[in-house]
Amino acid sequence: MIKVEWFYWLCGIFFVLIALQVLNDRSNPKRIGSAAFWGILGLSFGYGTFVVNKTAPSWILGIAVIGLAVLAGCGFPGKGQERTTTPAERVKFADRFGNKLFLPALVIPVVAALFGAWLAKVKLGDGTPLLQSGSATIIGLGVASLLALAVGVALLRPRSPAVPLHEGRRLLEHIGWAAILPQMLATLGLLFNASGVGKAVGRVTDHLVPKGSLIAAVALYCIGMAVFTIIMGNAFAAFPVMTAAVGWPLLVQQFDGTPAVVFAIGMLAGFCGTLCTPMAANFNIVPAALLEMKDQYGPIKAQIPTAIPLLGCNIAIMYFFAF
Amino acid sequence: MWVLLAIAVVVVGFALRLNSMLVVTAAGIVAGLIGGLSPVKILNAFGDGFASSRSVTVFIVTLPVIGLIERYGLQHQARKLISKLTFATTGRLLAIYLLIRQGTAALGLTSIGGPAQAVRPLIHPMAAGAAERRYGKLPEKLQEKIKGFAASADTVGLFFGEDIFVAIGSILLITGFVDATYGLQLEAIDIALWAIPTGICALLIHGARLLYLDRQLDNLAREARAEAKETVK
Repeated sequence: MIKVEWFYWLCGIFFVLIALQVLNDRSNPKRIGSAAFWGILGLSFGYGTFVVNKTAPSWILGIAVIGLAVLAGCGFPGKGQERTTTPAERVKFADRFGNKLFLPALVIPVVAALFGAWLAKVKLGDGTPLLQSGSATIIGLGVASLLALAVGVALLRPRSPAVPLHEGRRLLEHIGWAAILPQMLATLGLLFNASGVGKAVGRVTDHLVPKGSLIAAVALYCIGMAVFTIIMGNAFAAFPVMTAAVGWPLLVQQFDGTPAVVFAIGMLAGFCGTLCTPMAANFNIVPAALLEMKDQYGPIKAQIPTAIPLLGCNIAIMYFFAF
Repeated sequence: MWVLLAIAVVVVGFALRLNSMLVVTAAGIVAGLIGGLSPVKILNAFGDGFASSRSVTVFIVTLPVIGLIERYGLQHQARKLISKLTFATTGRLLAIYLLIRQGTAALGLTSIGGPAQAVRPLIHPMAAGAAERRYGKLPEKLQEKIKGFAASADTVGLFFGEDIFVAIGSILLITGFVDATYGLQLEAIDIALWAIPTGICALLIHGARLLYLDRQLDNLAREARAEAKETVK
């Protein structure tokens, strides 16, 4: 069976190699702290395997995670000087390689989709799935990236095997600590749950609905999903809370709504919130960093005018079709 | 109730634009302390959470190959290609991408797009290329606008497409949670079907805004040109 942990180790090794490169990069004014950031991150990815298997204490990783946050707060990791081709060289290369340049980029989605849609269902001789169940997409992305890299190297023949690593570091240094913000937010969700934040929010929303008004209850559920998603950065975290507070007791039990419609559209109302929040870093902040935007809220600003009318659509659809 | 202070930490921290990593860590510690967790338990929660959510960071394995093809002129080639398609304005291109992204996500092919896999190497260079053909060298305002909308086309398409596919995380979460908590037996396919009306609304609203983007870019370009003239005088 192909295990997802292998790919976490691949990520870990990548981060550690980056750390070593950064340590040797005299052009980076913050090279020690930056190398520490990437190095700790890389080791955490490997150590995480043992935490998930419960063979190593998790508080050690907890200290490492807080260490990463402190390093990020102190302005690490920083950027070194970019060592890549000049725009003039790139034009020349583009003339030489032409549309073949797209080939590696297209390998990634095609192979990843193949894994997600087809190999995910393949079973080995002894009945176990070929890919660790629930992780086909991640495994597919990992394999696809390696294959694309092989295609890219064969096609473009960079002068040294370290070139892709340097180029990967160039992009990673642009992203900086934002690369692991999504992971931090997922961690925060876990802590919020363990501390009872969800229950407390449920008690507050209890006092907000005028008794007996269907449209008010529908709006409360949908807007509550969106607002709580904006705060938590994740509709999955908001769904159990708002459903326990409003969706189930009011909309399904009291107003006799169709459960499938109420819950499906409730979740989509939460997605409208995801479009508006920096807390959903992997969807909103990481793209801004990847595209090297000056304004890290640029994608959110492009999305809010879509999210608001769409939330209205959700309220209307639920009101007219669920009851 | 005091545990809600942790949410206040998040809101205030983001409003003051403090370092997000620090804000999130502080909010987690505050929630844990008020919620009565011991320091060791808080550290354990940080460790467990981080280890079990490593999957969201796996996108970084695409960076070396993307960096490599960028080194050999990917963006230039994308611009060259797009300059041959005269019908393809920035807005129309992004609207077509929105449709493709949403359609493939609805078939469960969510990994086909994404900011690292598709937007940075393909979609943004094409969108920027189309704008360059129309306006020449792009002022920063236009560049930022195009980047923001390129990212948004990907995200909106994914969100309101994936829920139409049965075996997606959010649907499994709905059925799993509701069936376990309230003893219902919901069919995933019913939830998925009820995602279609919202999906169509999302396509119409964001698609229309993407098409309107062309006119916005026209205006921005005109303003930028006027400003440039002012400074020359």
